[in-house]
Amino acid sequence: MTDNDNYVVDGAGRRWFLKQSTALAGTLLLPPLTTQASTHPAAAPDTTTPARSITLRINRKTYKLTAEPRETLLDLMRDRLNLTGSKKGCDHGQCGACTVHIDGRRAYSCLTLAVMQQGRDITTIEGLGTESALHPLQAAFIEHDGFQCGFCTPGQLMAGAALLKEGHTGSADEIREWMSGNICRCGAYPGIVAAIQSVRKGGIPG
Amino acid sequence: MKNFQHTEANQPAQAIQQIGAGAGTKFIAGGTNLVDLMKYGVEQPDALVDISRLALAKIEKTATGIRIGALALNSDMAEHPLVTGQFSLLSEALLAGASPQLRNMATLGGNLMQRTRCNYFYDVSQPCNKRQGPTAQAGCGALEGYNRIHAILGLESGDLNQSCIATNPSDMNVALAALDAVVNVSGPAGQRTIPIRDFHRLAGTKPQLDTTLAPNELITSIDLTTPQRAGNSHYLKVRDRASYAFALVSVATRLVVENGRIQDVRLALGGVAHKPWRLTTVEQQLIGKPATEASFREAARQLVAGAKGFEHNAFKIELAQSAIVRALQTVAA
Repeated sequence: MTDNDNYVVDGAGRRWFLKQSTALAGTLLLPPLTTQASTHPAAAPDTTTPARSITLRINRKTYKLTAEPRETLLDLMRDRLNLTGSKKGCDHGQCGACTVHIDGRRAYSCLTLAVMQQGRDITTIEGLGTESALHPLQAAFIEHDGFQCGFCTPGQLMAGAALLKEGHTGSADEIREWMSGNICRCGAYPGIVAAIQSVRKGGIPG
Repeated sequence: MKNFQHTEANQPAQAIQQIGAGAGTKFIAGGTNLVDLMKYGVEQPDALVDISRLALAKIEKTATGIRIGALALNSDMAEHPLVTGQFSLLSEALLAGASPQLRNMATLGGNLMQRTRCNYFYDVSQPCNKRQGPTAQAGCGALEGYNRIHAILGLESGDLNQSCIATNPSDMNVALAALDAVVNVSGPAGQRTIPIRDFHRLAGTKPQLDTTLAPNELITSIDLTTPQRAGNSHYLKVRDRASYAFALVSVATRLVVENGRIQDVRLALGGVAHKPWRLTTVEQQLIGKPATEASFREAARQLVAGAKGFEHNAFKIELAQSAIVRALQTVAA
């Protein structure tokens, strides 16, 4: 995949009809399917569904798809775009596992309606680093045992990466306060604080 | 979540037109409260008017103070030099609320309209006069239930079985009450201003209504007037854990002391009533008194006079008084 791929996603999200770079977009883009597959979101098929075509920009890739207004960004990414790094913990904005960056600022994707995010620049854990080039905070989490089961980790990393840019890292107490929107049931908090402190001391990541 | 129509507004006037009479249609901006309530089925709008792109996010100086646009994010307000400079009480209250992620999403207008966090309001299997409206004669699940987070003040009028003992959960609203904010709104009939003390309301016989805003009115901004003498201010929040929890009791206060005597004071309480709790008569009685614990204790006693405790929240009556004294001592020091 290149950074500028365009994706056209079908109603069920089980297949991506895509797949070309922006250089070829316009000539080769497939039209989005308008039919909603029966597997699509939890509720019964609704003949008056107000679904609409939207374009989302996630991890520097463009996705064109049809979405119902009630679809949260989290559900849409996980169920239809194969972006399952953002986790669904509480689904009510209380645990932080779904944290993403929207226009560079951390936000809960579970309380975000996808149709309201057109034109925004969304970054998920999949866009933070790669296996061969980890974000400094990802490397620090490994070094400092910033996780056990790992379920909250994508959200902790997205919150922590934002925190490092915001600069509220003056003390362990300040880090704890500004990371309070992310819950870890394994209790890896000491490792998380240590990881953030180590990155801060090594310089703010770009 | 029930499906709904979604339309975007480009101008405030268009938003007011799109919301129509407001029956079954709601505005959405940050969505942190509304989307959550829709997931629980507490709110079931047929249509949402998306106002998040309106140009109402500015924070600017006015002749008498500052104006904050309704779409200003809680995080932007909390860190804006005009707010931290003259209205640090508001900044402190905002930073005591929610989490960094939520503050990046939630707007000023949405926080003003934030609904109660009463468990019985959120649980659609429970009776709730606020959720179901008074005509349903549903009763109040919290009255005989687990009412630890509920109100102790402002409950005098009428039969509580037909009313509501929920509290307003916002920290920001408590600070705005102490700062005498003015809410600017637009509706089909034009613009009007609502002093913050009249914006939020006690439950009374209309427990379904949290505010005096009409369903088809749009909040455009608030105005804050710079006090002649700033004094010291403080937002004290008491909660079950150190961060990311709603207030059991909170105190927003601003105090001016000269030669040991109180020249000016503002006191507003959160977590104790259906609206931020402020009694200007108590503040007036403090003027000229020595800034001592005895004066503060007397004011605290008067501010919670007539408080009613329920099975699980009676502790709030003493807690509120202790918090008032602590907050005043902090700003007097």
